[in-house]
Amino acid sequence: MNPYAYIILIPLLPLLIFVLLGLFGRRYFKTSSGRIGTISLAITAILSFYTAYQYFFVSGKTEGVYQKIIALKYTWLPFSPNISIDMGIILDPISVMMIVIVSFVSLMVHVFSLGYMKGEERFATYFAFLSLFTFSMLGLVLSSNIFQIYIFWELVGLSSFLLIGFYFEKPSAVAASKKAFIVTRFADLGFLIGILILAYYSGTLDFGILISRLTSLHSPEFLAVTSASFLGASMLTWGLVLIFIGGAGKSAMFPLHVWLPDAMEGPTPVSALIHAATMVVAGVFLVARLFPVFCFDPSALHVVRYTGAFSALIAAVIACTQTDIKRILAFSTMSQIGFMMFALGVSQYGGEQGLGYMASMFHLFTHAFFKSLLFLCAGAVIHLVHSNNMQDMGGLRKIMPVTHISFLIACLAISGIPPFSGFFSKEDILLAAYHTNKMVYGIGLCTSALTAFYMFRLYYSIFWSKTSPSFEAHHGEATLSMKIPMIVLAVCSLFGGFVPIAAWVTSDGLPLKTPIDMGFSFLPVLLAAAGITLATYLYKSENDRPRKIASSLGSFYKLAYHKFYIDEVYLFITKKIIFNLIAAPAAWIDKHIVDGFMNGLAWVTEKISYGIKGLQSGKLQNYALYFFCGIIGLAVLFIYITHN
Amino acid sequence: MHEITLTHILFVSTALFFIGMYGLFTRRNMITLLMAVELILNSVNINFVAFNKYLYPGKLDGVFFAIFIITIAAAEAAVAIAIIINLYRSHHSIDVEDASEMKY
Amino acid sequence: MSVIIFYIISAIILVSGLLSVTSRKIFRSAIFLLFSLVGIAGLYFWMEVEFIAAVQIIIYAGGIVVLIIFSIFLTQKSGDEMPKPLKIRAAFSGLAVLFGFIFTYNLIRNYGFSNPSAQPFDVKVSDIGTQMLSTTEYGFVLPFEVVSILLLSAMIGCIVIAMKSKSSEMTAEKHKFKSEIKIEEPV
Repeated sequence: MNPYAYIILIPLLPLLIFVLLGLFGRRYFKTSSGRIGTISLAITAILSFYTAYQYFFVSGKTEGVYQKIIALKYTWLPFSPNISIDMGIILDPISVMMIVIVSFVSLMVHVFSLGYMKGEERFATYFAFLSLFTFSMLGLVLSSNIFQIYIFWELVGLSSFLLIGFYFEKPSAVAASKKAFIVTRFADLGFLIGILILAYYSGTLDFGILISRLTSLHSPEFLAVTSASFLGASMLTWGLVLIFIGGAGKSAMFPLHVWLPDAMEGPTPVSALIHAATMVVAGVFLVARLFPVFCFDPSALHVVRYTGAFSALIAAVIACTQTDIKRILAFSTMSQIGFMMFALGVSQYGGEQGLGYMASMFHLFTHAFFKSLLFLCAGAVIHLVHSNNMQDMGGLRKIMPVTHISFLIACLAISGIPPFSGFFSKEDILLAAYHTNKMVYGIGLCTSALTAFYMFRLYYSIFWSKTSPSFEAHHGEATLSMKIPMIVLAVCSLFGGFVPIAAWVTSDGLPLKTPIDMGFSFLPVLLAAAGITLATYLYKSENDRPRKIASSLGSFYKLAYHKFYIDEVYLFITKKIIFNLIAAPAAWIDKHIVDGFMNGLAWVTEKISYGIKGLQSGKLQNYALYFFCGIIGLAVLFIYITHN
Repeated sequence: MHEITLTHILFVSTALFFIGMYGLFTRRNMITLLMAVELILNSVNINFVAFNKYLYPGKLDGVFFAIFIITIAAAEAAVAIAIIINLYRSHHSIDVEDASEMKY
Repeated sequence: MSVIIFYIISAIILVSGLLSVTSRKIFRSAIFLLFSLVGIAGLYFWMEVEFIAAVQIIIYAGGIVVLIIFSIFLTQKSGDEMPKPLKIRAAFSGLAVLFGFIFTYNLIRNYGFSNPSAQPFDVKVSDIGTQMLSTTEYGFVLPFEVVSILLLSAMIGCIVIAMKSKSSEMTAEKHKFKSEIKIEEPV
């Protein structure tokens, strides 16, 4: 009896709830669907915690090294004796950590949604979609086979599409969900090609076997994949870079980030779950899963590193100029994921070299808490003010104390102020960057400073700025169901840094010791404090200074405000180039040649039948003539032809 | 009489038959159509009598056939005229082209 | 001598038949038919089957042609030109008929009928009558009776078909025609 057999319940339970609520929720479970979803997810969370306990504390280790355990395996589609698509569950440090994060944050979001989405007409559908997403994400992190991860990858994309476009009467929401799906789908094309390349060269689709074949310097597969080259780069680089492109799409790395700000059209709890804590980190997770192979290809690792660093910086710059709360948080997410990416990019495999890997995973862990908390608080604020715009708010600290304190805790965490959780994870990232590449370290420092600045800009604009709120608050602060998750997540953001992730989640399974280096940490904390001070100076009370600074920065400010016009570039490419040059001729061919051929067949048939119709003219003499000709024909046939 | 063999008479009857066929295919007036049909029947009559005379002089079967054919042709012509009159009443025309209801 | 007569009679038959089917005026067509039928009667006379010839003249020339002429009167103005057939149809049927004729005559000629036997062909009316009503092996009494029933039914049928229904709208003219419609052919 497999001791880990219960793990199959972890993704299955949300799937069952999705089917139940999806099929019957609208009619039978109108109001109780929320409770059903929440209770099932609570069970899932309990199971995940239990699994984590079992794995990290009891039986995961063998000789002090955390093992990759295949909990379940089922051969699904065997293509050949070597390559088959199996469905399996793998347990290793990152997957166990991820199931804890996903189920816990999802549970918080479910509880929050009980209050936030109350009175919504499609309440049951919402919870069904949330369960679908949870199932897909849990399946993704537990996948033991690279094709299986691709299947769940697409499922996660689908759930995101459904949830972003939840308010489908709003055209902006529909456009946003379409954009998200298309951009991530386009990235997934790269992912698929990467999978095929790696599967071809390593001869297997299973993660464990693939990694082991491609990371031993003398295996025939490794030699084959590094010697074959295409356009100057080895196939290994191509495979890994293409897979990274898939991950970059899902994780909103530059230049595939354009969908993330627009994805904020969905309900705020959805943003908290999907676009802050879980789905967007899927790209990071993918790189982490294939990390041993990445380590053997420095050029792919460099791509990861610089993409992550650049995305982090550009997102921070843009976030300083935006005024929509959720957009700011979206860019903040992009920036933090950039941190995680470049942390992976500066890391190597094993021991002290693997600090970046551990730091990235640690930051993923803490980021999940404070980012989802930020979004939930934003949701509470939006629920009260009925507007997303920062400039409509102000002075809310008196009206919503719980939200205020939670938001403050989250902002301090994200800025990296000790002893909040963000401090520990950011320090480890910056330390790893410092030891590897000073330029990336510099970018990380700048980005941290900017992060502190724009987060506190947001904080002050919502909760301070004006002396009294400029609107009528017709109901008090959020309901209890909305407050409890915020409080719980605030506690996690406060104390999450003390969780010894370094002992559990490392690149090679051995625990890592990460002492706090006070001297090193001094500089980042100082810069963060400087950012906070600047934000206080500019935004704590209402004044003119921000506007003056913005106008003095002139065109650069305008560039950042319009998100560097990247959306316009995409629109230009799609409308002018793809639509006119590719889509329009394709449509013409479809309409005139393909349809034309079919219509032509029909036209020919019609003309022929019209002509033949004349044979049935009803005219007696025509019939007599045909009859006579027939007789003559038969007579000729039988007399001359068959008898000779 | 010696030089006129059966083949000569058959020539006449065949020619008459096909002349009647031509009339059947070409004539638009129903009554003229009927006249052509009478020609065809007559040609068949000639055939029967000729065969009887030249090939089976001892028997009279051909002659009897001819008698019966004449009888039946007469009955048929009467019925045809009745039909034509009926058709004339409903269509007010005895053009064969006008009686083309049984068409597509 | 009789050969010449045969050729003359044949010419009359064929030419009259041809003119009958191609004439544009309907009355002329009927008269040419009459000539053709009389020609055929002449042929029967030449073939020494006088009885058939007489029957031909009485029934065909004296009955059917008269019937046709009366029906021409009943249905249209006989002096007018009839419409010509379509050129395509005329050409096509002419070709088909010509081809049919050549084909059939070829068959006949290649068959090679044997010479007429020495037995003379004598058709006595008494023989015809006896055989018509005899019930022996070569008797024709059954077809005779059937033909009489056929004639009866044809008579009734004609009356029924040509009878005017009560809801006809041609009132006075129809009443005038009614007395002339019942034409029965003499047998």
